[in-house]
Amino acid sequence: MKKSVRVSYFAILREQRGLGTEQVATEASTAAELYEELKTRHGFTLPGTRIRVAVNDDFQPWSAEVREGDSLAFLPPVAGG
Amino acid sequence: MEFRITDRDIDPAALLRSLGDTRAGACVTFEGRVRQQNDGRGVKSLDYEAFVPLAEKEGMKILDEAREKHAVLDILCVHRTGSLALGDLAVWIAVTAEHRGAAFEACRYVIDEAKARVPIWKKEHYADGSTEWINCATRGPGASGAAPA
Repeated sequence: MKKSVRVSYFAILREQRGLGTEQVATEASTAAELYEELKTRHGFTLPGTRIRVAVNDDFQPWSAEVREGDSLAFLPPVAGG
Repeated sequence: MEFRITDRDIDPAALLRSLGDTRAGACVTFEGRVRQQNDGRGVKSLDYEAFVPLAEKEGMKILDEAREKHAVLDILCVHRTGSLALGDLAVWIAVTAEHRGAAFEACRYVIDEAKARVPIWKKEHYADGSTEWINCATRGPGASGAAPA
């Protein structure tokens, strides 16, 4: 069954997607599966190995389960300072 | 102790006043400024973007770690988002301590960890009109993901 999650994109991913936040219906069971699904759909250039994921505003491993109502954020390599 | 993301100009004088503490024999500050070149390319301006809730949370974690490692009294770190011009302050850090050694070391720890861990991104606008998200290249010399020094 499809789950509805909120997905946020930052920096290069936000530009490649053309928006910052969207509601996504997905059958992905893990954050990694969801990123691969969205990467294929939107042509993201960064492989999952270079991205980090946050679920509900905390860093999580790629194996994190995707649950109805979650907020996921995909975070490209950082460059503050 | 505070780690803050802001879209307004950073005002070091005002921030320093909040760090008054007569126990402190040392106050070390660091200013990260927008530089006119990067990797041999002329930079015109920068955009910073942050995932604010997580950036502030991860930033506070770094300040806590710095305080565990070094005998400091207080730490304040402010990082900009938005569009910045050459010479603008991008990040400002102040550390107070009884003695200078701890203040210098904690300040260094905070900036190094912040650059490596806090979800903030930098887009450079170059003199030739091109742009680049730093550390996000998927081909060429930056493609390994290694952060520049």
